[in-house]
Amino acid sequence: MFEIRWHGRGGQGSFTGAKLLGVAASLYDEKFAQAFPSFGPERRGAPVLGFNRISDEKITDRSELTKCDYIVFLDDTLFDESVLDDLKSDDGIVVVNTQRQIEHKNIKCIDATKIALEVLGIPISNTVMLGYLASYAKEAVSYQACIDAIKASMKASIADKNIEAFKSAYNQGGL
Amino acid sequence: MSRNAFLNGDEAVAYGVKLSRPHVVAAYPITPQTIAVEKISSFVQNGELQCEYMHVESEHSAMACSIGASSVGARTFTATSSQGLLYMAECLPYASGARLPIVMMNANRAIATPWNIYGDQMDVMFLLNAGWVQIFVEDAQEALDMTIQSFKVAEHKAVMAPVMINLDGFVLTHTYEKVNIPSQEAVDQFLPAFTGAPHMMNDETPMSMCISAGNQHNMEFKLKQHRDLLSALEIIESVDREFEEQFGRGYGGAIEGYKHEDAEILLITTGSVTGTARVVVDQLRSEGKRVGLVKLRVVRPFPVAQLGATIKNAKVIGVVDKNISFGYEGTLYTNINSALIQSDIKKETYNFIGGIGGRDITKEAILEMYENLRLASVGESIEKVSYYNVRCAL
Repeated sequence: MFEIRWHGRGGQGSFTGAKLLGVAASLYDEKFAQAFPSFGPERRGAPVLGFNRISDEKITDRSELTKCDYIVFLDDTLFDESVLDDLKSDDGIVVVNTQRQIEHKNIKCIDATKIALEVLGIPISNTVMLGYLASYAKEAVSYQACIDAIKASMKASIADKNIEAFKSAYNQGGL
Repeated sequence: MSRNAFLNGDEAVAYGVKLSRPHVVAAYPITPQTIAVEKISSFVQNGELQCEYMHVESEHSAMACSIGASSVGARTFTATSSQGLLYMAECLPYASGARLPIVMMNANRAIATPWNIYGDQMDVMFLLNAGWVQIFVEDAQEALDMTIQSFKVAEHKAVMAPVMINLDGFVLTHTYEKVNIPSQEAVDQFLPAFTGAPHMMNDETPMSMCISAGNQHNMEFKLKQHRDLLSALEIIESVDREFEEQFGRGYGGAIEGYKHEDAEILLITTGSVTGTARVVVDQLRSEGKRVGLVKLRVVRPFPVAQLGATIKNAKVIGVVDKNISFGYEGTLYTNINSALIQSDIKKETYNFIGGIGGRDITKEAILEMYENLRLASVGESIEKVSYYNVRCAL
């Protein structure tokens, strides 16, 4: 079972990122997945969370998700290194959208906002960060499933650009 | 053809409603039910569902309109949660007493005060006496399937009672997962159009409904309603079997046992916490512990005999309640103890209360429940009623 947490601010699309990942894993990789938001009233700009569980077997666990295999930050103002304590193991990865360089074996940085502005023309980095995450989380989700999920979930007018953004980030990351 | 989709519990209910082809939906939005009624509204707006969607000004009106619609034989759906359920409470026994097969989704949510929008099961426990069938589901697939099944149960001529489908707020209503959506043709075959019943009005047979019945007749009305609700258990089970034959998914009727047959220690749960408890049971089983789980799916009518048959081999039993009957104990604990006494079954039972106001019930807490039951099984004294994932001593 892979457990993943997304950090963003209301309006940045972090839960949409989690949902796309869930669609990819459950409908196109034929695994099982959950996607759920931090429950409760959310506001634009306020810190919000999204969660995924992905498994080859049916997932029945309904408790809150605390320890993660992967953690995603769409906004680096929400990031600090104490988040490393929330990784399940030494192999866990934190991917961060930032212009900064952070030298740490478990932290991977990408300027996703720059890619989003170049490719999409708006600073919405969820599909970029999905691509960067997918490059490190190949056992959890496949490249092609993510592309299929974006295609199936978005209007044709924006799906192609988002797939391009996804691919661009996927090619910058990877193990 | 059926198809898979990635849906949350609210959306799963909305698809179940669409496939059931109601004539009337009357609803007022309330968190965490809102997504369900918005989705149904969008189905109506884009022409996928032909039905009268009534935008009412309150939950009381939602139920009053549902009663009106169902009185003329319309297949009727509504949905609510928490304070909204309590606000419509006055209308619920009108619906059940008039034998109207309305189906309602309730997103289980905490009750004020302190005000809180998160999930627990306090709301529905106020209404167990309203004469409605009360069903609790564990995941989004079960929510969709039981929406379809509920119309069939409610409209069965031996039942003619309204049905409430309970989904844990947020944990089910807002969690997305893979759900199989059956084809319209298959659902049409399982659930034919509702054509009314002799006690419903039409132009040819005008009648008074929700009339008064004085002390010479009232008790017989109520006893007949009670008798038919008791017999609904059989219909709930047969409808579930029929559903399984057609769609390949069944839920075991009113009660599902999980690794219970040789279990010395059993936990009884309702709703979504059942899924988390399955994980804990699997872990303890892998360590060789004889533990099991009983999922109580239907609380009204109460499955007395089925419960007795399912738990008969256990030594000790724990009941998880996501509610408190203030001044006493968890409501399910009261109900389950009474059922065991009715069946002349003497077991040690314990009550574990948790999840109030949306508090997580962790796997560690469930492990602790099983450990406490183990201690009780070897003769140690543990609290009869205890509280889990509490942050400080009170």
